[in-house]
Amino acid sequence: MNRSIRRLGIGIVVLYLALFVKLNWIQVVDKQALDENPLNTAQVRRDFNRPRGSISTADGAVLAQSVPNPDTSSEFERVRTYPEGALFGQSTGFFSFRYGSTGLEKQYSDLLTGSTFKQQIRGFGDLLVARENVGNVTVSLRKDVQEVARDALGDRDGSVVAIDPRTGELLAFWSFPSYDPNYISNPNGTQAEAAWKLYQDAPGQPMRAHQYQDRYFPGSTFKVVTGSVGLQTGKVTNDDPRYPTATSYTPPQTNLAISNFGGEVCGGTLPQILKVSCNSAFAEMGQATIGGPDMLSGAESWGFNKAAPIDLPDPAKSAFPTDVITNPPKLAQASIGQNDVQATPLQMALVAAGVANGGTVMTPHLMTEVRDSQGEVIERYDPKPWLTPMSADLAETMRQNMIGVVQGGTATRMAIPGYEVGGKTGTAQLGTDPPRSHTWIIGFAGDPGQAPTVAVAVVVLNQSGANESTGGVVAAPIARTVMEKVLQVQRGG
Amino acid sequence: MLMAVIITAGAYVLASLGSDARIPANIIPFLVIVLGLLLGAHIALRRLAPESDPILLPMAALLNGLGYVVIAGLPDTPGRASGEVLARQQAVWTAIGVAAFIATLWVVKRPRDLVRYRYTFGLVGIGLLLLPLIPGIGKNINGSQIWVGIGPVNFQPGEVAKVVLAIFFAAYLADQRELIATSVWKVGPLRLPDPKYLGPVLVAWVVTLVVMVYQKDLGSSLLFFALFVVMVWVATGRTSFLVIGTGLFAAGAWFAWKTFGHVQERVSIWLDPWKDPSGTGYQVLQGMFAMAFGGIAGTGLGLGSGVPIPASESDFIFAVISEQMGLLGGALVIMAYLIMVGSGLRIASRADHAFDKLLATGLTLLLGIQAFIIIAGVTRLLPLTGVTLPFISYGGSSLVVNYVLLALLLRLSDQHERRGARARPEAVVA
Repeated sequence: MNRSIRRLGIGIVVLYLALFVKLNWIQVVDKQALDENPLNTAQVRRDFNRPRGSISTADGAVLAQSVPNPDTSSEFERVRTYPEGALFGQSTGFFSFRYGSTGLEKQYSDLLTGSTFKQQIRGFGDLLVARENVGNVTVSLRKDVQEVARDALGDRDGSVVAIDPRTGELLAFWSFPSYDPNYISNPNGTQAEAAWKLYQDAPGQPMRAHQYQDRYFPGSTFKVVTGSVGLQTGKVTNDDPRYPTATSYTPPQTNLAISNFGGEVCGGTLPQILKVSCNSAFAEMGQATIGGPDMLSGAESWGFNKAAPIDLPDPAKSAFPTDVITNPPKLAQASIGQNDVQATPLQMALVAAGVANGGTVMTPHLMTEVRDSQGEVIERYDPKPWLTPMSADLAETMRQNMIGVVQGGTATRMAIPGYEVGGKTGTAQLGTDPPRSHTWIIGFAGDPGQAPTVAVAVVVLNQSGANESTGGVVAAPIARTVMEKVLQVQRGG
Repeated sequence: MLMAVIITAGAYVLASLGSDARIPANIIPFLVIVLGLLLGAHIALRRLAPESDPILLPMAALLNGLGYVVIAGLPDTPGRASGEVLARQQAVWTAIGVAAFIATLWVVKRPRDLVRYRYTFGLVGIGLLLLPLIPGIGKNINGSQIWVGIGPVNFQPGEVAKVVLAIFFAAYLADQRELIATSVWKVGPLRLPDPKYLGPVLVAWVVTLVVMVYQKDLGSSLLFFALFVVMVWVATGRTSFLVIGTGLFAAGAWFAWKTFGHVQERVSIWLDPWKDPSGTGYQVLQGMFAMAFGGIAGTGLGLGSGVPIPASESDFIFAVISEQMGLLGGALVIMAYLIMVGSGLRIASRADHAFDKLLATGLTLLLGIQAFIIIAGVTRLLPLTGVTLPFISYGGSSLVVNYVLLALLLRLSDQHERRGARARPEAVVA
């Protein structure tokens, strides 16, 4: 019998070894696949039940916070609320059990929940104290400026981006239509789903952050890039070349002429053609003076064909066509921001900011600092340059040219008494029957003789009318109001 | 033993720190009672059976304590009492279990006396199995007709029947093993044991299997099948019986799969749980997700992800342990059972009477195979058949019966060691 018992023992050991192997398979070999399985709610559940820090603006408005769940029968102790609702929906994003997270909630999830390595180390000391290891994130956005941006745009589809050109910190980041993340973050799955469906079907895609995730034809605002590339390559100065006064320009290899708005006659040097936004002259500048290779590398040096490194998830890439080198007609159209040129509102704000900041485009950023529950700073953002497409003296030339556009060109409505304001309008035609267009403006403002302290880009989508002045009429007042508010806040301390 | 208590207490403090950063004071007394009980069991054992195996009880205490901590840390789930309530009840059941443990040690001084009542045990075993089928007191809980409710107390008589029938098998086989081994019933080329000598055991076994399959208690059926075949094999030493038994099992399993919908369902979940991930495959998949989430080191006691696993307090508690303590914790539990099996089989091989050997083997097998069946089901090594994880799972009948089982094993070991100690000086004199 003892022999059988021994064999039985061996048999059981073999069975248990099989268990151990299988356990290894699940917990080590297959772990990643199981963790990432869409049916697996372990990760999101853990995140959902963790304490989570708040998100606040530079002027102290709370954008997102976790509060005790009023529904005590729910399996979740906390709910995420967004006191400002739709005003900052596209920046904060949502934090939903059903739909995951977006925006700042996604970008700073680890910091908010105190799960970065640094926070974990700090957390060791708190092991026996009832203290939540979370990170409270402060962003550079200001509620007062954001409200002004929202009110100025009103219920027209479009975006308003205001940025501090010296640091890259965003001051206003608004687009209409927006959405209220409170509904998506509702712990009640059915209600969250209903809200989700409603927003999905709503016109204008409210849940997209149009400011940096959608691209539009930049129209004439792109002439700032063309002009700057011309200056930087040395092929263009403020005195030379002097473009012929004409109603149109016909590039090689085509009979299709690029005409000025309303058959207008224009021409001259860079400051002159920028003031009146002369299509024929800029088309010739890009196509004939600068040429395809320099135009392409120049546009890319300003951030085109790249995604801006903003601290938000999934920014869109602004586009400049790469086949312009072998296609002169396309190059001529691209040089005035038409054809396949597309830019996010954020990208165009960065162009204005780059000119304003002496030719250096700072990395666009929202987070300024993160503090723990005791108010101690865990992380502070140091402004970093992103691109340097221009030398400082050439940027100063371009800046003066843009100031000229406000003083006596298409953007006069952007002028703010007592400040030095520069800008460039744009009207991207969408069709002529009926005439419709995206109307743009980019610009900057600051104390006279000083470096500008605010840069903006405004786009108002799908406006009726398609003449060059549209941008100046529709978008310029919005940009002016927003910049005025920023300057007032900055002067007030 | 002390180690087991300290580990349990430490684990508990960690778990309570984890779940809400403070120690819930109302649970502490219960923990103290549980630990006190386990220490009490230890002292009783040292007095009543001083020479018994020193490993079994501490291992059981460790598993019991670990189970208690994990149960206490379970999150509130709709349709189930909170972890706190379950833990209190588990403390009460532990008390009853320890009492039964001490009583068994005290009453059963010589296990061989049990042989005299073998047919009584056989009948009682089958009677217990049939109890849940009696209208009025039988209860169907979670789709299995294996419960008996008398007043407020529900229990599973099948749990008791397992041990009782193991005693019956051991007693009968010890008597008849020579006959069974030598008399061979030739059916063509097959050499089967003569049913004449297996008679009562065979009857008990078949009745048991029929009843359990009828009650949809597949795990217990599997356990019984293994118990019977292995005990006949160990009793006779004839490997051919084991082979035939395994063949019979295959045939029986195939038949069951063909005939019963619920068996088919279990097998198809096992083969492909992804087919219906929110329905039939839900429990297995949630268990897998939880275990994978735990990884190597686990999420920490009391800090599970909260992935809802049905029956996480009983059948699926292993998934919770593996999530919270990771591969290391899961391996620790597996090791603990293996050590217990090793001790049990050592007791069996050292015992000098056939009944003692067979009883020790049978009891060890009940423990070892039951743990294997449920862990294999949770990890999808085998189709899931619901049985409890001995000493860890929440559940009164199972815990109490396992303590009785443990007491019997320890009594067997004490008896042998004492005889050995007495025999040795005589041998020197001779």
